Amino acid sequence: MNNGAVLTVSDLRVYYDTDAGTVKAVDGVSFDLRPGERLGLVGESGSGKSTMALALMRLHKPPARIAGGEVLLDGVGDVMKLDDDGLRRIRLDRLALVPQGAMNSLNPVMRIRDQLADGIRTHEPGDTRDDLAERIQAQLARVGLDAEVGGKFPHELSGGMKQRVAIAIGTSLSPSVIIADEPTSALDVVVQRQVMETLRSVQEELGASVLIVGHDMGLMAQIADRMGVMYAGKLVELAPVHDLFTNPQHPYTRLLIESVPTLMAKRALASIPGAPPTLINVPPGCPFHPRCPSAFEPCDSEVPLPTAQNGRVVSCHLYPGEAA
Amino acid sequence: MTAFLEMTNVSKVFSAGIIRRQHTVAVDDVTMTIDEQSPSILAVAGESGSGKTTLARLLLGVIPPSSGEVIYRGQSVDDLSRAQRRTYLREIQPIFQDPFESYNPFYKVDHVLTVPAKKFDLAASREQTMRLIEEALDMVGLQPAETLGRFPHQLSGGQRQRVMVARAMLLRPRLIVADEPVSMVDASLRATILESIRRMKQELGISVVYITHDLTTAYQIADNILVMYKGSVVEAGSVEQVIRDPKHPYTQLLVSSIPQPDPSLPWGAEGEIAGDPESMEVAATGCKFVDRCPVAFEPCSGQRPPLYHEHPSRAAACFQYDGSPALEGQNLDVVFEPQLTSQAAGGSQEPAAN
Repeated sequence: MNNGAVLTVSDLRVYYDTDAGTVKAVDGVSFDLRPGERLGLVGESGSGKSTMALALMRLHKPPARIAGGEVLLDGVGDVMKLDDDGLRRIRLDRLALVPQGAMNSLNPVMRIRDQLADGIRTHEPGDTRDDLAERIQAQLARVGLDAEVGGKFPHELSGGMKQRVAIAIGTSLSPSVIIADEPTSALDVVVQRQVMETLRSVQEELGASVLIVGHDMGLMAQIADRMGVMYAGKLVELAPVHDLFTNPQHPYTRLLIESVPTLMAKRALASIPGAPPTLINVPPGCPFHPRCPSAFEPCDSEVPLPTAQNGRVVSCHLYPGEAA
Repeated sequence: MTAFLEMTNVSKVFSAGIIRRQHTVAVDDVTMTIDEQSPSILAVAGESGSGKTTLARLLLGVIPPSSGEVIYRGQSVDDLSRAQRRTYLREIQPIFQDPFESYNPFYKVDHVLTVPAKKFDLAASREQTMRLIEEALDMVGLQPAETLGRFPHQLSGGQRQRVMVARAMLLRPRLIVADEPVSMVDASLRATILESIRRMKQELGISVVYITHDLTTAYQIADNILVMYKGSVVEAGSVEQVIRDPKHPYTQLLVSSIPQPDPSLPWGAEGEIAGDPESMEVAATGCKFVDRCPVAFEPCSGQRPPLYHEHPSRAAACFQYDGSPALEGQNLDVVFEPQLTSQAAGGSQEPAAN
């Protein structure tokens, strides 16, 4: 299995059991995360991208459950099979989360320094009080915050500062994998740019790999090395970011790129006809076929399997090839 | 001839606190006209705290200005009679950001369409009401049969927002004030909503004020733009001029901070970000952007820069351009396209040859 990847996800399935039926939020997703890379994962709301990000750390909440697949973390093994203790040990230490909307993930009645100390003390209890204070200060400096921020409460900080605190906490134990779930979705453009620059510099300094989940194609184009596109719980395409934008293969990827307005040229805005399916009633065959302009005979009955071609993976009947 | 809607030196100040009273100038001295004869789409762009939503609320008459006047068809909005106010409320329609909260979950979506139709006596009969509703839904690209009779939770966010656009259109307003109408809608569906807003202008001659934080969609659908920073207009003009060639350092920073969906383009320029972009403090004198401006020089902290008319269809409130004349009375109308023709009698402007 080991192709040098830090994290290898194979055929991951996360289902929600609801009264109305089984929702297949993540339905057979496979990819690997290489050392030091920034992998972007885009999808519309309901595509399963956030469910997947959380499930990688087994942070999904019931009624979501892992229905199959494995997530191999380099040097640890299958995260899906770890017991509670093993899971506790790798979280934050090896596999860290920078959550969506830091405003809601910080404890409102705890000072920032205590929230940072919490994780460090749990995993590495040996530090003296002075050592710990020094580490916290260094960690705040690393994300571009003054030492005095440590003494503040979350409500005293701006949105961008809170998101930096979340990055500081997430990277406090130098994890090898950072999972960032829409890390800047509620921020203004200038602040977003600053926070992403911070995330990038911390990640490069640590040599960590990062999986960035989001919906903003522009942000992904600027930050990711490789990029994956999710649709209805499936990863439909995965390619180096430059290839994906200049030569998208999957019709959904192509339409998604065309629907993004740019400052380059004024043009009639394109949109993808129809609406994304609800994940209870995913269309048979390729889930995108009812909206796909290139759909042909096998698309409404056979699920396209991922095929590999020149460093990219695409799941579409237009590209028959070697199974990935 | 009187203009449809005018703002003359409109300001709005919010005050808070009992002991140490704090004043926030949400909108600072805005003068402009929205004309009926030449419908256009005006984008009001800014980040959180810029005052763009307050400007929308002033236009909608939801809040009164602290100083200056909002004038509807020649009369201050404060002094409208009951009947006039009723027409005003029909002629200016809002579209809000959140397509989830604009609905009462207990009623079918028909409710948001039939109630205003009845209240404003749009139709003589029930059949005619239905016909109007179907037309409006059609215009936004929704199938009446698949939309009517459903509850809000049975529609997607994009569909719900389109019903809201249809509702606004149904009342045949002269102006639609849309506050971040697509920020909660998925990318692949955004275009449909923006396109239906553009069709309102083109096919029904309705003007639109499009409030947004997103300069990219503003560039795509608007004719003119007004960029706000902490309540003040820092730059205004045609979108081509303001977004393709911004002059105010703040607009330049905003434009270059937009991540472009093209990995070969750079994201931002070195040394552009100075100061704290999230600081809420405003200098009492001088330019409001001075603490964050990479090119600030002496006059900047002395007094507020007026809007300089440095290009026929653009004005920037920055002392770098003090060689150009200041806009007379800060009135933005001269930089917007198409130029208002209210002074030269409207009808004679048609081209001679057909």
